[in-house]
Amino acid sequence: MRSLREALLAFRRAPLLSVLGIITIAFSLFAVGLFGLVAVNIKETIASVEERVEIRAFIAEGTPADAVAAAIGDVGSFPEVARVDYVSQEDALKRARRELGEFRDVFDAGFLPASIEVRLKPGFRSPDRVRSVAARIATYQFVDDVRYGQEWVEKLARIRNIAGIAGIALGLAFATVAVMIIGTTIRMAVLARSREIAIMRLVGATDGFIRRPFLIEGFVKGILGGGAALLLTWLASLLINRYIVSTSFFPMQLAVIGVLGGAIIGLLGSGVSVGRHLRRV
Amino acid sequence: MIRFTDVTKEYPRTGVALTDVSFHVAKGEFVFLTGPSGSGKSTILKLIYMEELPTVGEVRVSGLSTVDVKRAEIAKLRRKLGIVFQDFRLLEDRSAEANIAFALEVTGAPRSQIPSRVSRLLTQVGLASKASSFPRELSGGEQQRVAIARALVNEPYVLIADEPTGNLDDRATRGIFQLLREINASGTAVVMATHNLELIRRSDYRTIEINRGQIVFDSGEAKPVQPEELV
Repeated sequence: MRSLREALLAFRRAPLLSVLGIITIAFSLFAVGLFGLVAVNIKETIASVEERVEIRAFIAEGTPADAVAAAIGDVGSFPEVARVDYVSQEDALKRARRELGEFRDVFDAGFLPASIEVRLKPGFRSPDRVRSVAARIATYQFVDDVRYGQEWVEKLARIRNIAGIAGIALGLAFATVAVMIIGTTIRMAVLARSREIAIMRLVGATDGFIRRPFLIEGFVKGILGGGAALLLTWLASLLINRYIVSTSFFPMQLAVIGVLGGAIIGLLGSGVSVGRHLRRV
Repeated sequence: MIRFTDVTKEYPRTGVALTDVSFHVAKGEFVFLTGPSGSGKSTILKLIYMEELPTVGEVRVSGLSTVDVKRAEIAKLRRKLGIVFQDFRLLEDRSAEANIAFALEVTGAPRSQIPSRVSRLLTQVGLASKASSFPRELSGGEQQRVAIARALVNEPYVLIADEPTGNLDDRATRGIFQLLREINASGTAVVMATHNLELIRRSDYRTIEINRGQIVFDSGEAKPVQPEELV
């Protein structure tokens, strides 16, 4: 109770420093938030492109329908497979006429092969998995050829890996810078009150007694800074949506984790700063 | 109550501050610590309130020994020592009464008791009418009285005063010294570091003189000082 009162008093006594601290935390986390927004959207884009990874097995002409149906059932039970569709010769022609201009005047379905289209579950779309599923499908006698855009799948996997590694590295760098800036801000707040801390020690305050209001202050600043950062990121995302490109925002849980992260940085930053200061006085 | 046994204190950067210092302060005693600047007076006081620990030797203060004292015990010890400085060390953003109350809050004193104890102390140091004044609104002597009231609020065994009159004019000095005498008369030991030979001469309290980190003179426990010995 006293700690809470002292923490609130600290805001009242040094409003400028407190507000500056919150703004610093807000902008540091805003930078992390913007980066996160970019990362989330890149991840979503890659995922949506990945959804289009499919294996197409062309079926030899004259294959009995029940053999194809049995194979579709088989392939559908592979653990990697999300969906299997049969594309008859007529369907193939319809699609070709729709998608490719040069087929517009073709009406004979006979020269386009029937096929089965296999889509894979998320997490099974790496080049190795795709290759292995394709190889299994190729073992069916009536399968003439299996295509899955090997080069494209590999390129996509490479992009995803690079994006993932770059995301983690940049994310860590942003987070580290944010923690350092926030730490310095909190340290300034502690140093501004070093005289008070020294006097508290002189009159017999225990370390815990001195530390508690600072922890609460750091936590509250972190929450407020984190909340402000979330708001800024949300506004930025609205502006981007409106004027640049359609983007999606963080899921609720991630947003809450972000704000709590700010609070924890505030709490730990205060704890470390006061602890270091206390060891010296 | 306070016992220094063969205490040597060495600072990593500035070197030896005290060499082989031994003395004892009894309960209720008034002791002057005197000597030139940098002689080691403040170091002795810091060793008493355990801001510093000896490099060699032992300091015992009301049952606690520097040999095995824990950080939390030091905090508890300080609640039973009143400490007063030349520069008052008041919190500028709190009123006189809030500065005194602060020392009580630290000890976890019941909130209901704090106002009455604070106002009693303010009356004792002659500042009842300045309870809500801030330090910048008070004279040096008044600020030192607030600091003394803060030091006394937890009813210490001993009041440690580091040049408490160093920043004050003669009149304020006499007032503060008189206050310290009254405090001592009511049973609290006082250890006061001072340059002010006039104060020492005018009283018959025990005087320990330090020079270059060593005790060069000790008028002895409860023995009246011979003024000519100090010149």
